[in-house]
Amino acid sequence: MSDITADIPPDTTGDITAEELMAITASRLLADHKVVFAGVGMPLLASAVARHRHAPHLTIVLEGGIIGTALLPGKLPISTNEMRAAYGAQMLTDITDIFLYAQRGYFDYGFLGAAQVDMYGNINTSVIGTMERPRVRLPGSGGANDIISLCNEVLIVTQHEPRRFVERVDFITSPGYLSGGDSRARAGLVTGRLGAVVTDLALLDFEPVSRRMRLCALQPGVSVSQVRAQTGFELLLSDEITELAPPSAQEVAIYRELRDGPVAVTVQTP
Amino acid sequence: MEHVAVLAARAEREAGGRPAVDKRMTAEAAVQLIRDGDHVAIGGTLYSRTPMALVFALLRQRRRHLTVSRPLACYEIELFLSTGALDRIVSSWVGIGLPWGLAPIFRHYVERGEVAYDEWSHLAIGLRYKAGAMGVPFLPTLTMLGSDLAARLDLQTVTCPYTGERLAAVPALNPDVALIHAHRADMLGNVQVDGYRHMDVDMARAARTVIVSAEEIVSPEQIAAHPDRTMLPHFAVDAVVAAPHGAYPHECYGRYGPDLRHFDGYAAAAKEQGPAAGLRYVEENVDAHADFAGFLAAAGPDRLAALAADAGELTPR
Repeated sequence: MSDITADIPPDTTGDITAEELMAITASRLLADHKVVFAGVGMPLLASAVARHRHAPHLTIVLEGGIIGTALLPGKLPISTNEMRAAYGAQMLTDITDIFLYAQRGYFDYGFLGAAQVDMYGNINTSVIGTMERPRVRLPGSGGANDIISLCNEVLIVTQHEPRRFVERVDFITSPGYLSGGDSRARAGLVTGRLGAVVTDLALLDFEPVSRRMRLCALQPGVSVSQVRAQTGFELLLSDEITELAPPSAQEVAIYRELRDGPVAVTVQTP
Repeated sequence: MEHVAVLAARAEREAGGRPAVDKRMTAEAAVQLIRDGDHVAIGGTLYSRTPMALVFALLRQRRRHLTVSRPLACYEIELFLSTGALDRIVSSWVGIGLPWGLAPIFRHYVERGEVAYDEWSHLAIGLRYKAGAMGVPFLPTLTMLGSDLAARLDLQTVTCPYTGERLAAVPALNPDVALIHAHRADMLGNVQVDGYRHMDVDMARAARTVIVSAEEIVSPEQIAAHPDRTMLPHFAVDAVVAAPHGAYPHECYGRYGPDLRHFDGYAAAAKEQGPAAGLRYVEENVDAHADFAGFLAAAGPDRLAALAADAGELTPR
């Protein structure tokens, strides 16, 4: 995977939130001239940051049937099916059609958040507990099952907590590598693969044979034991574990302008 | 899971009349086409182009044992739940919207097992309507395989007779009724929308009865001036309802944005009081008014004008 780190000064304000850290780290994984199918929230923000920094030709696709959205800084959508999500779009089609582009193989990246993810990258957004006796019935798949099944490479971004990183998800809403090895392909999922998992502590991927989650790189100042402590299963370790470059001042500025809108110029008056 | 025999659905269409006549009626009259136990598909998605004027008219009728399907469902589902209208939800996502967290009334009914939730993937819902619209019993796809969603729905697979590849076989869905909100329609039922179409075209063509509300009723000549914008022909539509602001408090592309402040009020009450809040919302916003115009009047022209300005900023002229 590519890591387009900035050779410009790091942000020194020191007040970067976990969400900013995750979105910025994830944005670096998106290369120019690619097409990303992004979920709402952090995936969309990360895609927008990439487009405004190193990937101006990145096409952002949203499941509302929106292709090539530009997004209006300060007016980011809270749904992938609304006018704010369509701002500046190149094409509007219907929902089913968007997913059929994915099935045809047009989407380089699928980009998801996750309420609960396991060691094989399976995602649960359906239920905490069991379907028979749910403790919490969650909203459901939305397009996540389709995105992880049909996009060429899937990226997952989520906060690193033991309750999110579990050995086995309560319910496989969206299939990752199922039970590892070649089980995904055997289930008929011949398309798509899982790329990276980005968290506020680390960058992870999936070991090519066992398909188990593997620690690749650490966020600045984070230790391997800290990551282990926040993971509810035994993590594989990459041969070489590197440290990620901290968010640059430019990346943070781009992120905040997208989120909050153009910064008003304040004029000091005597 | 119900499997509507696709040939039966076709036979009904074959036998049905297709008179090109004035189909205009009030929302209250149109929802008389819906019966207890029907499967009602609701157009738009989440809080976009939801046929709220039709939904409110249906809520007022207090139908029972309905199944509602929708690509992504918003709080209108909670209103049907709170009034005891629903037996089953067919969707890929049920919530209010990201900022408001989990939908408490939905949780109340589904976690207790009082109402079933058939959860499909988003594409699978779309392919179910599309198969229904195409007049075939299923569509093959590469999605949903290997997931617990597929296992729970007893989703079957098919083997390609040419290549031997295995695919998921998503069954057709032919709803009893589709409710659609559009930008324009003529009295015959030629329907146009601007912007994204969600799953409305397939949903309507799959349905046995199609009720369309429109921001504007225009002349057949105005439709013919831009025939490329027509998404449904008159012979696929049974009833036409004039409903300006008919998706409010949800959005209508290019016309008005969603009233998120209205959502805030609803979500806070639902979180605090559960189904009682849903029922009170219906009593205060639906039952208290003779029709949808009364609800819009209560929202006030200033509010509606502000939401129209939001849409103007976000969509091309």
